[in-house]
Formats: sequence, C-alpha cells, structure tokens
Amino acid sequence: MALSDKSRNEAVLKAITANRLRDGEVIFLAPGSGWVERLDDAALFEDSAAETALAAAKAQAEGEQFAVDVYTFDLRVVDGQRVPVKTRERIRALGPTVRIDLGKQAAA
Amino acid sequence: MPLIKDGRIVEDDWVAVADGEPVPADRPAIVTFERWQAERASFDGRNAALGVRVKSGTLAPAIAPDLDRFALVAIEFPKFRDGRGFSTARELRERFGYQGEIRAVGHVIPDQYRFLLRTGFTSAEAPENTNPESWAHALTEITVAFQPSLDDPQPLSLLRRRLGS
Amino acid sequence: MNHIAPGRNAGVYSYDDIDRRFVAERVEQFRAQVERRLSGELTEDEFKPLRLMNGLYLQLHAYMLRIAVPYGVLTAQQLRKLAEIGRKYDKGYGHFTTRQNLQFNWIKLEDTPAILHELAEVDMHALQTSGNCVRNVTTDQFVGAARDEVVDGRVYAEILRQWTTLHPEFTFLPRKFKIAIMGSDADRAAIRVHDVGVFAKRNERGEVGFTFYVGGGLGRSPFIGKLVRDWVPEEDFVAYLEAILRVYNQYGRRDNIYKARIKILVHELGQEKFTQEVEEEFARLRGPKYRLAPEVVDEIRRRFGGPAYETLTDEPESFQAAKAANPDFARWVAVNVLAHKVPGYAAATISLKPAGGIPGDATSEQMELIADLADAHSFGELRVSHAQNLVLAHVRQDELFTLWTALEANGLGTPNAGLIGDIIACPGLDYCALANARSIPLAQAISARFADPARQQTIGELGIKISGCINACGHHHVGAIGILGVDKKGEEFYQITVGGDPTLTTAIGDILGPAVTADETVDAIEAIVEVYLSNRHDGERFIDTLKRVGHGPFKERVYAAH
Repeated sequence: MALSDKSRNEAVLKAITANRLRDGEVIFLAPGSGWVERLDDAALFEDSAAETALAAAKAQAEGEQFAVDVYTFDLRVVDGQRVPVKTRERIRALGPTVRIDLGKQAAA
Repeated sequence: MPLIKDGRIVEDDWVAVADGEPVPADRPAIVTFERWQAERASFDGRNAALGVRVKSGTLAPAIAPDLDRFALVAIEFPKFRDGRGFSTARELRERFGYQGEIRAVGHVIPDQYRFLLRTGFTSAEAPENTNPESWAHALTEITVAFQPSLDDPQPLSLLRRRLGS
Repeated sequence: MNHIAPGRNAGVYSYDDIDRRFVAERVEQFRAQVERRLSGELTEDEFKPLRLMNGLYLQLHAYMLRIAVPYGVLTAQQLRKLAEIGRKYDKGYGHFTTRQNLQFNWIKLEDTPAILHELAEVDMHALQTSGNCVRNVTTDQFVGAARDEVVDGRVYAEILRQWTTLHPEFTFLPRKFKIAIMGSDADRAAIRVHDVGVFAKRNERGEVGFTFYVGGGLGRSPFIGKLVRDWVPEEDFVAYLEAILRVYNQYGRRDNIYKARIKILVHELGQEKFTQEVEEEFARLRGPKYRLAPEVVDEIRRRFGGPAYETLTDEPESFQAAKAANPDFARWVAVNVLAHKVPGYAAATISLKPAGGIPGDATSEQMELIADLADAHSFGELRVSHAQNLVLAHVRQDELFTLWTALEANGLGTPNAGLIGDIIACPGLDYCALANARSIPLAQAISARFADPARQQTIGELGIKISGCINACGHHHVGAIGILGVDKKGEEFYQITVGGDPTLTTAIGDILGPAVTADETVDAIEAIVEVYLSNRHDGERFIDTLKRVGHGPFKERVYAAH
C-alpha cells in the first residue's frame, strides 16, 4: 500500500464514517442524507464544514440506534480516486490487505 | 431517581441531603461521608435514622468504626464500570458484619442487579426512565452461580449453587 | 436445545445439566441485551462492556466474536461446530489467538445470539473472552499429555473457569485480568507475563500446591511477575485468588487506562507491600466458605474422564522404519512431535504457519479435516496453543506416519513448531481497531524468506513474535526476536527487540535500534540470523548466543547500511 506523499498538491478533504450498529458494516455519510457502504458514494466536506456535519450525523445515527463510532477522516482525490490519508482508513474502505478476496474490495 | 428493591420500584423513605443543606431531624436522611467526618458531633442525639454516602474510592475499613451510627450506607458508582463498590459492600457484610441497608447510588444498570445483591446490596438507585421489567428480569434470567455469596443460595458444591429468585 | 455431548473418553470436561442450563440462560440474557441495545434502552456506552463480556468486539470491518476455548482444549465435535459457524455466519475461516481462543472477523451483531445458541449445543460459549473481568484461563498446550508434567493443570484451570464465571465481585475490575497455569517444571504458558501466573506442583508428601506470581504483563509497560507466595495449599487455591482479586479491585488504578492493570499496582506498591495486602486479605478470607475441598477437586477430575490408552512401547518398529524411509516425515517428527507421558504415544503439533501464510488462520475445511484426524488419531480431542497452532495430544507413535501423510496432503504438515517460521502475530491493522501497523504481511514475508525447512531446522529454536501496537497481543516483548509495529506520521514502521524469553528464564527483549520499514525488517531478521549462525557455539540457541556475545554484533550488522 502506497505511503502518503506529502508532495501531492491535492487538497485534503474529509468524509464521515461509522460502523452500522446491527452488523458492524463500515458506512459513510452520503450526500443529502443517509449512509452508504462505499467510499465512492460518500459525501466529501471541506475542513470547515466537516465538524457541523459530523455533529448532525452523530446525533442522527446514534439517536436512531443506526450507527456507532461516528467520526471524520482525511482523504485526497488522486486521479479521480478517493484515497484516505491514513492506512487504517484505506483498509476500512477496502478490506484486509492480506485477503483481497474479502471486504468491500472483493465486491468491486 | 427510582429506587429498586426486591426487583421492583418502591417508595424511597430516605432523603439525600447535599453538603451545606440542612439535615431534616424528623426523617431518615443520607449525608456524605465527608460531611459526617466534619460535623459528626452535630448528629449526636439525632432520633431519625442516618445514612451515609461514600464515594467509590472510600473503602469499607474507612467507615467501619462508625457503622453502628448508620442505618444505611449508600455506595457511589461514578460510572457503572467502576466495580469497587462490589468489594466495599461485600466487606461491609462479611468482614464488618454490617446489617443495615446497603444502597447502590450513581450509575448502575439492571445487568448488574444480580451482582449487587450477591455482594450484599439491598437496594439500587436506577436511572430516570428506567425500564422496571429489566430489573425484575435480572432476578430470574440466570439461575446458577459458581461462587459463594451473600444472597443465600443453595450450594450444589463449593463452586456451583442454585440461585433463588 | 439439541445437545451433542462430547465423547466420553476424550479427556475433556463434560458438562452436566447445570452447566448447560447456565450457558443456555447466558445466551438468552445476551439475546435480551442485544434487543435492548437495538431498541435504544441500552446506550452504546452501557452495552459495550456487556457485549465484550460475551467476546464481541467492534473491529475495523465488522464485529469480531472471540469464542472461548477453555484452557485451549476442545473436542473434534466442537471444532466441527466452529467450522460450521465460520461457513454460516462468517467468511469460511477463523483465527486462532495467542490466548488459545478462536475469533471470527466478520460477525453481525444481530446474528450473535443465534451463534451463541449454536455454540451452546456443543457446550461452548464466548464468556469472558474480553472485558474487564477474569479472562479465559490459559495453560500448557500439552497439559495432561506432557512427559514432564507433575500436576494435571486442566482440573485447576476448569475450577478457575467455573469460579470466575460471572463472579459477582470481580466482573467490573479496573482492567482485564489474565491467569495462566502450568503443571510442569517447564513453562510453556508464559506464566510470568500474566496478571497471575500459577505453577501447580507437589510437595514431598505428594500433595498439590501452587506457586503464585503476580503482576506480570506485556503491553505498554512490560513487567515480569513477582513471586507472591511459593506454596498455597490446594484447599486455599480459590481463597488466595479471591484475596488477590479483592486487593486489585479495591486498589487498582481507575484513573488511567494505561495504569490500570495489576502489574502497575504491584509495581507502585512494591512486591513486599502488595504481598502483605494479599496475605492480610487471605487471612481474613480463609475458612470453610472458600475452602476448595478435595471432593470437589476429585469430582471435577472425574468429569474429565480420560483417554483409554493402550499398553504400548515407545519407538515401535513401523514408526522407526517410516522415519528411516522418509526424511520429510523424520524432520516433522523431530520438530513437531513431543514425548508423551504414556509410552507409545506422542503429542503432535499441527502448524498453522505455512510459509507465506497467515499465522493462526484456518479455513472451515481445514478445521473439519483436523477434527476428523483428531477423531481418528487422538481420542477426538485437540488443543489450541498460544503459539496459534493446533495440537493432537495423544497420537499413537505407530499412527504418526498416517497422520502426517494426511496433514502433508492438505498443506498442514509444515515442520516448523518453535522454529523461525512459527511466527506469532496479532491480527494487526488488517483487522484490529487498536492497531497502528499491520502484522500479518510482515509475518508472511519473513516466513516466506525462511521457507526452506532444512534451513529453519539448522537455525533451530527461535521465536519471532509480532504485535501491531503496544498492547502486545503478539507477545513481541518475549520474542527471541520481537517486532512492534508503530505509526510514524501515517507510515508503518517496525521496532525490533531481541532477547525476549517467555519460558522459565523469562526476559523482556531489548530494543535493538531505531524502527525500520517492513522491507528493511525482513532484511534485518536475515542479518540477525546470519550473525547468530556465524557466532554460535555447538548446541547454542539464538538467545544463548545473544547473551554471550551481546547486542553489539547484531546491532552493527542490522544498521550497517544506515
């Protein structure tokens, strides 16, 4: 897995993620409302807007017992691909690097 | 907050008195252990029952010398995961022979109710809007235990006993 | 419920109606807790400790369910059930852990009550495999079989399993609490890096007693357990533990999660003061109420039954002939097979560490095959080792060749138990929500580099242990070579330690130098091995050579290019 490259010019954006309560599936806040299972379908936020969106998403998801561990993470859009800055979030968005037959990467 | 005893919500005869507030002389009142230590002489000659509220870090030996003054010991759970109170209650009963009421106050949940009773508690303060059914259910859902304890179970061996409900 | 009782002769504790009733009630209790969580009656903060006490974590991709394999012993039937659950509710595989348990990585919360119900059918559960309670007790994977055994630790481990189950006083401890027990003069259970480590032994009159070490542990601050009492008579076994737990529950720190383990309490109070507190508590507790009566011990021993061994002799002719005719088999015997207390039998380790494989992973098909082999060759009983392998503990020596042939045909005959390819690794950042770096890919790269069995055998005993974060689930502190994954500004780096030892001569490894990248780590291991081979005297193990020559030559070679 490629390491983050500080020289890249692409701006750092944020997405909002959580695990779905009933099955633990990694989910992302969608544009508008609701949650999606793929990072490609997630809403992206400028840094300034992320905190407000997070507070609202957290209140909604937790209030409705829909999701847990709601938080934001950093990503860049590189050549049209959404690439989380941290390895952890890349692995959450794709699946285990040692079993590429499993997780979201497998369904692609 | 609702008070749970014998698996159901009951009237609370006791009033919890905040530090600095006057202690009613004519009804059972619970004061903090810190207040008791600072103002103990003021309770001499008191007729109504007195209870003491101890923080989770205050262990049984600290209050043991004064136990005969208290008809109730309220043991605080600052959060339900802080399990020191289970040892405190058990020591009050087993080591110091305390016979009065032991009440769990602060944050406890129905899933701990059986543990509370088995370590010597007699009552528990439940969160507002608690579901009384969950407390009642907690008394019947598990009928086997693997340790000796204070709720008078029927021993099947040293390790196993049948819990009454 | 449709119970399938374990085989009578398996040497596995057999549940009675009371045990079964308890486990069934516990399943229903958890079912209700899940319903209360989904309805919102329980908050996540309240539910989390409850689900953890049923072994259910929320990890990176899904929930992870850690199923208890009490002291690592299970029946073929139970392993088949695990295989079935893996196929039905997970993705067709499971992961054997360093605490002798099994975990599934892709579990749904809403399926968990059904899974626990199915486990209860074969007398299994996930009780106390997590949470701030007394965890599943671990022991020697050769318990009840090893030739050097003095006391059968299974009986006392089972007593502990029962006594700790839903303990009313000790279910909300400051932090998790791990007990290990060993009944031999050797240490195959890392006794002195547990919260409580117990050696069961016999006095000159043949009576059983226990030596207690307290306050060992790995993680952020590794400590070696301190001797608290050399001899606790059998009848005081439970009372003494009760005293230790009570001191810990009352005085253990709750203000800082990193200082909450008993090792910090022992360290801060000092060995003497801590021991005094325990002894005072013990003096008060000791009495009929907590006395472990011999009848209770006998009753539990009886319920283990025991394999009906035949009268055989060691090294039968067919076994010798097979070794002579087949060098690969002979190598596997030399490396993976241990002497048994009963003549004519042996304990065989099934390595779950093929070169380039994921340490500890087994597919449902592999589990079923191994279950069949356990039925055919080991009284339907098997064990999980803390090194993440499986063990058939009672195999007739004249059946070892048949066993090996079947294993070999299915990729399970890797001859590397205790060698450099037998790497312990935590799941790391590929699965674990706490990890800082990946562990598995590094284990795969190292085992692939040292794939040649002859080379591994030449190198000899050398444990590599990899953890993906400071919590040290991969036991890196006690690896002859330990590797700790760290995150440096978003990049994975690995810190190498040398000289760790989990056996009787317990030692925490020393950091060799600055952390390096994953690729550099594999080269560094190779360099360390070369320095060892060029410096070792006859019969010297890696850690012996390291002790004799010091870190200097190793450090020099590893960091030569830097």
